Amino acid sequence: MRAAATLLAVLALAGGALAHDDDADEDLGRRAPAAASSPQYRKECGSCHVAYPPGLLPARSWTRLMGGLGDHFGESAELPDATRAALTTWLEAQAGGRRVPAAETPLRITETRFFRREHDEIPARLVRDNPEVKTFARCNACHADASDGRFDEHTVRIPGHGRWDD
Amino acid sequence: MNLAPLAVAALLAAPGLIDAYRAAGAGAPDAARGRAFWTQSFAAPDGGVARACTSCHGPDPLGPGRHVKTGEVLAAMAPAVEPTRFTDPAEVEKWFKRNCKWTVGRECTPQEKADVVLFLTEVKR
Repeated sequence: MRAAATLLAVLALAGGALAHDDDADEDLGRRAPAAASSPQYRKECGSCHVAYPPGLLPARSWTRLMGGLGDHFGESAELPDATRAALTTWLEAQAGGRRVPAAETPLRITETRFFRREHDEIPARLVRDNPEVKTFARCNACHADASDGRFDEHTVRIPGHGRWDD
Repeated sequence: MNLAPLAVAALLAAPGLIDAYRAAGAGAPDAARGRAFWTQSFAAPDGGVARACTSCHGPDPLGPGRHVKTGEVLAAMAPAVEPTRFTDPAEVEKWFKRNCKWTVGRECTPQEKADVVLFLTEVKR
């Protein structure tokens, strides 16, 4: 019984690892560096927060998010119309998130299954209860190169904890 | 009132900015009033911690700030440290519009903007 449970656990881990690689290739490896390719995106969006990799959300998410900048997670992030239009077009073109179910339009990358799976082993005390991190939304608290779209696990440094390698 | 030299300094840093606020109805800008506005706290509509310019920019315009929610480091607001501050009117208006809505709960008046711009512009190391 215990052996069977162990075997199941091993299989589950292997499955997770495979899915992880697929997603990483599709959504991060190919798409993430795009954030660095638009100075306008880095300036307009990256002044207040990490210039999130556009490939981690589907185009419909970016469309909806850019249509609601007047209440951007509780803040006004309003842009002049021409700037907003240009950025929306760019984000839609750079979008990914093909594994996001068609019925879902997530506005937070942290809500996606891909993100949750990547971070499911990180205990709350290292993020939510860590005053130097506080929220998963702050990619660059632990991923120093987040704004350049690099999220390599071997470069992770959790403040107050150190390296994270699983 | 010894405003003239200060107003000149602001105009050098922000061509036309203070003029534009005056044209929009502001009286003579006042740096002391700008300083008071910079640190004034406003009740948060969600009942959370009161908000001020300094919530994100920090109390010292010569030093960097830190976005209260995202933790992103914000470059100093004083042109004495960041010479590009207040040199692009469209950029200034974009940020006033956004940040006044969050901080004060409404857009800032031309007078408030003129006062704050003057205060920040005259701060020296």
